[in-house]
Amino acid sequence: MTFEATLAEYCVVACAEAFRGDGEVLASAFGFIPTLGARLARATFEPDLLLSDGEAYLVANDLPLGSSDKVIEGWIPFRSVFDVVWGGRRHVMMGATQLDRYGNQNISSLGPHEKPKVQLIGSRGAPGNTVNHATSYWVPNHSPRVFVEEVDFVSGVGTNRGAVDIKRIITNLCSIDFVNADRSARLRSVHPFHSVDDVISNTGFDLVAENVTESRAPTDEELKLIREVLDPTNLRDTEIKS
Amino acid sequence: MTADKRVTLDEIVSSLSDGMTIGIGGWGSRRKPMSIVRAIARSTLKDLTVVSYGGPDVGLLCATGKVKRVVFGFVTLDSIPIEPHFRAARQAGAVEVTEYDEGMFYLGLLAAAWRVPVLATRAGLGSDIMRVNPQLTTVQSPYSDEQLVAVPALQLDAAFVHMNRADQRGNAAFLGPDLYFDDVFLMAAKQRFVSTERLVETGDLLQEARVQQLRVNRSMVDGVVHSPHGAHFTSCEPDYGRDEDFQKLYAGSVGDAWAPFLARYIDVDESAYQAAVAQ
Repeated sequence: MTFEATLAEYCVVACAEAFRGDGEVLASAFGFIPTLGARLARATFEPDLLLSDGEAYLVANDLPLGSSDKVIEGWIPFRSVFDVVWGGRRHVMMGATQLDRYGNQNISSLGPHEKPKVQLIGSRGAPGNTVNHATSYWVPNHSPRVFVEEVDFVSGVGTNRGAVDIKRIITNLCSIDFVNADRSARLRSVHPFHSVDDVISNTGFDLVAENVTESRAPTDEELKLIREVLDPTNLRDTEIKS
Repeated sequence: MTADKRVTLDEIVSSLSDGMTIGIGGWGSRRKPMSIVRAIARSTLKDLTVVSYGGPDVGLLCATGKVKRVVFGFVTLDSIPIEPHFRAARQAGAVEVTEYDEGMFYLGLLAAAWRVPVLATRAGLGSDIMRVNPQLTTVQSPYSDEQLVAVPALQLDAAFVHMNRADQRGNAAFLGPDLYFDDVFLMAAKQRFVSTERLVETGDLLQEARVQQLRVNRSMVDGVVHSPHGAHFTSCEPDYGRDEDFQKLYAGSVGDAWAPFLARYIDVDESAYQAAVAQ
């Protein structure tokens, strides 16, 4: 049997790959595709990850998106989340309205902070997350408006401002890492259906793009898990344009 | 006999004054003391500094012109990511802000609760939180070279929380998944008020809650108001979930839709509000 993976499924696998090697840490993911990525990683190659339900519980089973059929293995109210953040045993995958080449992230506001053109949700825990533990980002709409020379407000700090470990940025086009010597953004892999040129032309800063590979395809086992167990109602396709 | 601390919403409002710093418990659109927030919204109070893990409490008080400054890490309706009334107030330049990392915010409240002027953290280092809050400074650890953010105590003039169960002396329990930071808000404040879904006898508290859920004791509380459905339209698990339909109505009431929303739901007393939303 062969499966044809969709772009959303490539994105899920790319998100899962961000958590590879993390071990027994809390994987906090926001959005359908990052959540699926974290759950897929635990269901396959990263079985020790801790996953929360976004409310206050640690969930032990392979929970489908939208399901409340939880096997609860722990209680993690917001106050305990700070213990985990400041203790460093966490890898968060957040969204970002703007990102620069060092992974500085803005979720606060666009325009002048005293009277913004657009008020966003607020910096949340991004400043504390980035200086305490591994951080990745999910961008469902890779464009020059997101990837900018300079962010309007630094919520999550980048590698040039003291971030301990910006692991990946996963977008609808590609996967980006920060493994270069100067810890700036490097194009790691491009998802099928897109080219390196698509990525470059949709990025508002100079992205290092050498030896770029194609993003890893989901295995048959991964596709089965995504389609039949983790996301049977296909919420993943609602998060990106195909 | 110990004190009967029962008060009315109007008595709470009359104990407040213009320019106060008020803390509001809950988180986002979850277990917010909305009946007290509504009472403040229809009062003549003004120039308040609102300290909150922000949800519709912040938006409603901004929309009714009560707010001089918001101290926040985020303002959200959870199922609707952006709080539209807060957004409108910010984009109009109508309110000042102190934007913190949400962990710094917690430490500020804890410092006030513990009566120390400052607590130190890495959260905030390198970020624009330091740029837009010139009152924030870093300190060097006396034991190493490490620089840390010195978070000042967030002293509150008054705090309000909504609890699932309480007795008339001010002992109170949460029954949902998370206490949030409600006990810390109370401990950080000079005047402390609890609204509650159900007022019970002290001897019945453990029939309603586990002892581990009795996280507010009467030394942390000055006034208790019995306010059934008082967290509406935010969630108050397990008594009721969020009223998503009403939240959508609220979120859509920016601009021309605001005046009729205000007249029907805010410029009325709590019993009229509850009757209107029950329709």
